[in-house]
Amino acid sequence: MIDVRVQAEPIDFAAATQALTQGRSDVGAIVSFVGHVRADDGLVALTLEHYPAMTERQLQAIADEATTRWPLLGGVVIHRHGRMVPGEAIVLVAVTSAHRAAAFEAAAFLMDWLKTRAPFWKAEERGSERVWVAARASDDAAAERWKSN
Amino acid sequence: MEILYFAWVRERIGTGAETLDVPEDVATVAALLDWLATRSPGHAAAFADRSAIRVAVDQDFVGEAAPIIAAREIAIFPPVTGG
Repeated sequence: MIDVRVQAEPIDFAAATQALTQGRSDVGAIVSFVGHVRADDGLVALTLEHYPAMTERQLQAIADEATTRWPLLGGVVIHRHGRMVPGEAIVLVAVTSAHRAAAFEAAAFLMDWLKTRAPFWKAEERGSERVWVAARASDDAAAERWKSN
Repeated sequence: MEILYFAWVRERIGTGAETLDVPEDVATVAALLDWLATRSPGHAAAFADRSAIRVAVDQDFVGEAAPIIAAREIAIFPPVTGG
């Protein structure tokens, strides 16, 4: 029941989140997270490469894990690939539940697992240079905290 | 067997995909990486630091000890950095 999408097109935040509550009277909470490209240290653009045959499947597995852990009513995960400039959204995670705790926790969980388990790779452009981003230990630690739950 | 490469692994090797006849005695992910590293200087450079290499067999993440017998598609890439 969490809808997963991988796309090159910009993310329509309003449409994606509105669809989660449209015609429903059981949703008491919607929590959303949108990740944007930052212009750190003269960054010109980010390019996200992914593994098409695996990406949606892996995102769906992460989403299914969230629905087994929390009493969610619905949700959406949209992750972009291709080239993006500072200010553009890369990823959207939004989940709904009756009460806020489940939605807050599930949204954080989805982002933490997505960052360490979905097959995407970022390359940063600065001037004429393009550098692959290294994985961060802090992301691994953030994902790890959900294991004991 | 279809071997796929992503991100800097792809760039160092110089291609995103290869269809290879992997010898029968190459039975695990570790053995496959050893065997691939002998194919060209680019392959050797890509697999020089094995701690920075991740592998998926038929679209599931696996460790170096995982068997590759009967695998159709093996993808080799750096740790993921999406989100």
